[in-house]
Amino acid sequence: MRETKYWTWHMAAGVVILFLLGLHMLIMHVGGITHLFVPYGGEAVSKSNSLFRDGKLFFTVTYILFLGVALYHGLYGLRTILFELTLKPAAEKAITFVFLVVGLGLFGLGTWAAVVTHAIAIAGARG
Amino acid sequence: MPESSKTVRQINFHIARYNPETDRAPYVKTYTIPVREGMTVLDGLHYIKDNLDASLAWRYSCRMGVCGSCGMMLNGHPTLACNTQILHIATTDLTVSPLPNFDIIRDLVPDLLTMFDKHRSLKPYIERADEAEINDPQGEFYQSPKELEAYLQFTYCIKCGCCMAACPTLATDARYLGPMPLAAAQRYNQDTRDDGRRDRNQLSGSAHGAFRCHYAGECSRACPKGVDPAKAIQILKRQLVLDYLHLSRRKKPCQKLHGPGQGKPLPNIPAAPAKTV
Repeated sequence: MRETKYWTWHMAAGVVILFLLGLHMLIMHVGGITHLFVPYGGEAVSKSNSLFRDGKLFFTVTYILFLGVALYHGLYGLRTILFELTLKPAAEKAITFVFLVVGLGLFGLGTWAAVVTHAIAIAGARG
Repeated sequence: MPESSKTVRQINFHIARYNPETDRAPYVKTYTIPVREGMTVLDGLHYIKDNLDASLAWRYSCRMGVCGSCGMMLNGHPTLACNTQILHIATTDLTVSPLPNFDIIRDLVPDLLTMFDKHRSLKPYIERADEAEINDPQGEFYQSPKELEAYLQFTYCIKCGCCMAACPTLATDARYLGPMPLAAAQRYNQDTRDDGRRDRNQLSGSAHGAFRCHYAGECSRACPKGVDPAKAIQILKRQLVLDYLHLSRRKKPCQKLHGPGQGKPLPNIPAAPAKTV
C-alpha cells in the first residue's frame, strides 16, 4: 500500500500544481489584463512589483508550497519512469533514496531562498 | 483440406521460427499455402504442419476461442489464431509470430508462466472468513443480478495473454503485473461474495502494480473476448486510493441463503413438480 500512498499524493500534488500554475499565469502572464498583485503598474516581473509580492506572507507560503508539490510530483514521475526499466530491487531502493535526498535538499534550498527574499522585501519596505 | 472446398487464394505465411536449442535468434520462414473461404489461421498452421513442415510448433486446444491457447501475433496484432479467418486479415501475405513480452519456448509457443505466476499471486479466488462454508457449501450466497453485472465481463477472460502482449508498460517493465492479473484481481474485488480486497491491495497497489498502467488501452483493444482490462485497472486504482484514504465503505461479504427453498421466488414462475423418486 506504500505505492498507493505515493500515488495518491502524486495526484493531489498535480491538482495543487494546476491551481498554482493558474495563479502564476494570472499574475505573471496576463497581468496586463487582470492587474493582480501588480500595484506599481508596468511589468509583473519589475523589481518593485516583485518585492511587493515577496513581502507578502501569502506569496512566500505559496512559493514554498509550489516548490514542494512540484518537486514531489516531478521526482515521483521520474522515479516511475526509471522503475519501468525493470531495475533490480536494490537499484529501485537506491533511486528512491537519492531522489528523497535530492528532493529534500532542493526543497530546503528553495525554502531558504523564499524566506530570505521575504525578509529582504520586508526590510526594504521599512526603509 | 476436404476436396470439395474451393481454393480462393495463395497466401504467403511469414512465420517466426525459433528453436532455443539450435537457433541463436528467431528468424522468419515463408510458406505458401492454398486458402479457401472460412479457413482460420489455425487451419493454415495445420496445413503447413501436415504438408510442408512438420517441425512447426504452436499451442492450441479447443479451436473455438474458448481455451485461450493459440494467442499469437497476426500481422502485428495479438489475437487468437482459431478465431481469425485468414482472408479477413490477409490478401497476399500474413506474418505470424509469437506473443511478445514473453519468453519463447519454441516457434509460436510463448512461455506464459510469468503471467500465471502474477495471476496466482493476486489470489484470483473468493476469499472469506467462513472458510468452512467455502470448502463444504451448505447453501448459496445471495447476489443480485446488478451485483453480478458489476464484474461479469471480467469473468470472460480466457487467459490467452493477448492483453499482456499488447501492453506497452509490460514491454519495458517485466515486473509490472499486467492487465490480465490486475483485471482478475478487480473481478474478485468487485464480487460481493468476496472479502479479500484489502489482502489483494497489498500487491495490486505495489510499485509494479495498478499504478504503473498508463491507460494506453491496447489491452482492451486486443482482447479477443471483448473484456475491458483497462477499465478494470482504472476501477482498481480508484478503489486503492479510496481504501488508502479510508473513504470506501467497509461492506461485509454477502450472506448465505440457508437451505433450499428459502429464497423468494419470482412471480409467474410455476412451482416445481412433485418429486417422483
